[in-house]
Amino acid sequence: MSTPFLLDSNLAQAPAPATAPRRAEPPAPPTPAAAVVVAAVDARPVSARRAALRAFVRNPSAVAGVVLLLAMLVLALLAPLLYPGDPLDMVAQPLLWPGQDAAYPLGSDSLGRDVAAGIAHGARVSLAVGVVAAVLSLAIGILVGATAGYFGGRVDDVLVRITELFQTMPSFLFVIVVVAIGQPSVPVIVFAIGLASWPVIARLVRAEFRALRETEFVLAARSQGFGHARIIFQEMLPNALPPVIVTTSVLVASAILIESALSFLGMGDPNAVSWGSMIGQGRELLRTAWYLTGLPGAAIVFTVLALNLVGDGLNDAFNPRLRGR
Amino acid sequence: MNLRSAGRTLVRTAWQAVPTVIGVILLNFVLMQLIPGDAADVVAAESGSATAESMAQLRAHFGLDLPVLQQLGSYLYNLSHGSLGVSPRYNMPVVALIGARLGNTLLLMLTALGFALAIGIALGTIMATRVGRWQDRTLSVLALLLYSTPGFWLGLMAIVLFSVHLGWLPTGGSETIGAGYTGLKHAVDVARHLVLPALALAGFYIAIFSRLTRAAMLEVSRQDFVRTAEAKGLHPWTVTMHHVLRNALIPVTTVAGMHLGTLLGGAVVVETVFSWPGLGRLAFDSVAGRDYTVLLGVLLMSSLLVIVANMLVDLLHALLDPRIQVR
Repeated sequence: MSTPFLLDSNLAQAPAPATAPRRAEPPAPPTPAAAVVVAAVDARPVSARRAALRAFVRNPSAVAGVVLLLAMLVLALLAPLLYPGDPLDMVAQPLLWPGQDAAYPLGSDSLGRDVAAGIAHGARVSLAVGVVAAVLSLAIGILVGATAGYFGGRVDDVLVRITELFQTMPSFLFVIVVVAIGQPSVPVIVFAIGLASWPVIARLVRAEFRALRETEFVLAARSQGFGHARIIFQEMLPNALPPVIVTTSVLVASAILIESALSFLGMGDPNAVSWGSMIGQGRELLRTAWYLTGLPGAAIVFTVLALNLVGDGLNDAFNPRLRGR
Repeated sequence: MNLRSAGRTLVRTAWQAVPTVIGVILLNFVLMQLIPGDAADVVAAESGSATAESMAQLRAHFGLDLPVLQQLGSYLYNLSHGSLGVSPRYNMPVVALIGARLGNTLLLMLTALGFALAIGIALGTIMATRVGRWQDRTLSVLALLLYSTPGFWLGLMAIVLFSVHLGWLPTGGSETIGAGYTGLKHAVDVARHLVLPALALAGFYIAIFSRLTRAAMLEVSRQDFVRTAEAKGLHPWTVTMHHVLRNALIPVTTVAGMHLGTLLGGAVVVETVFSWPGLGRLAFDSVAGRDYTVLLGVLLMSSLLVIVANMLVDLLHALLDPRIQVR
């Protein structure tokens, strides 16, 4: 979970990591600043990845994260079967407390809408927004980072400036502005979150590419006359992926958090139930019926926690040096 | 580190910030162009009726019929004179609106940052010195939970517990309205209103800083100079505080600086939860009122705030670690 921040702190202090081939070097003695950041992963043979997978499977908290995440996924997929019909329909007596009526185990809100149905359908929106926004920022981030790191020079300068620009703007405010200019619909929200959160990936990929650029296999690919696109996507990208994969789970988690905050403020899609909008509506009854705020919030915490556990597990698995700490 | 090199660091970082400032301003202008409708529409909507002629006249008055480049020129001209435009809704200059709220937001943000750093570093130190034992494991789980909790929800639950059930702290606002406190009493009153929003905002960062401090301290504690200090027979407390923690603080300050932007973003939601009269609340209200001039003004001002804060962090770095400025 702390990976992106650690990586960032590295990049912020030492913008140019090693330009020398990293694999040839003996492990450098850690300096206080760089040491925290060993998250840098070198291009490793397949067997190392298999070892990483094994380490991941043996890590109990990572497995717990996967199980929690799968449970949420199943809930999201089965929502239309478990709770057919519109979750925004009024079905029960209003303001039932959880456990008061067996038909509505999580109670009902002030309009008599089933809270359990809302949470199940909200899982669909939250997970979908999280995943699609993460994919979008991965696409932008990899494209920008790979181009900057591969070509270097003036291209690099310009792209780094743009990345810094997007990192300087408070990203949540930026998302609000984009959603306010567009329409509060799921596609616009996904676009806004993706547009606001790619810089982390771009910096990560750029650092990896700068380190890989001078390695022998890339030189070999160049001397064979491969095109830029082929070298970038087929030769270098697979070797730069491990830290990106680790960060992806955190990216999904933060996208879910941003979406929930947005719909809590009433800037979500008005036609879709989401956990954030349930909290926003429950807030008016905070004094008398706090479960309306508490339950959807707990769903957010569970999902984000699961993603962070998975991220932590991946980080440990890909960084044997940090294993066992 | 002496004053001259501090000045040099400041000049260098200020110079590096120039392209970012230009970029932020240009992006703001582009976003302004993307807004559906323009100021003439807003004024027409406020007044309730408009003819095609009066709309054209309004557009000419605001310069909205000019080519985009000329509009950019006048935007930059206004900006250089410290004007961010006038809010049609409040009928006040945007700069004045922002100025009235900025202090409150800074108070909230700095208090939250202070809480987060103090609590985070303290927890991280405990985790690092008790690594692998139950204290470390319990606190790690706690940090992970805090890291996964949305700040606004934390705030709402804190209201339920501390304000509704226990009645210890007020539910919102920045002071007791109509109480007319002065001096110390006023400060205490504001502080009581500040505790819950600051803690709600700090929660996420407490988690980040504690994990970061733990990792950094563990890394530093393996180094030779720590072994030397221990071999000299220094008290473990001295080694932890003077040798390990001080060196571990550098990545923590970097990350603290980097998160100022997200802290500002989080303030938008937390201020709304606690009706704290700050910039975030202003941004939220301007979205509700479709008052885009104010919204973009807030975005621009807070971006500039982040740039200034990052410059200060660079300076702090140079103070903490004399090696950094040599680079």
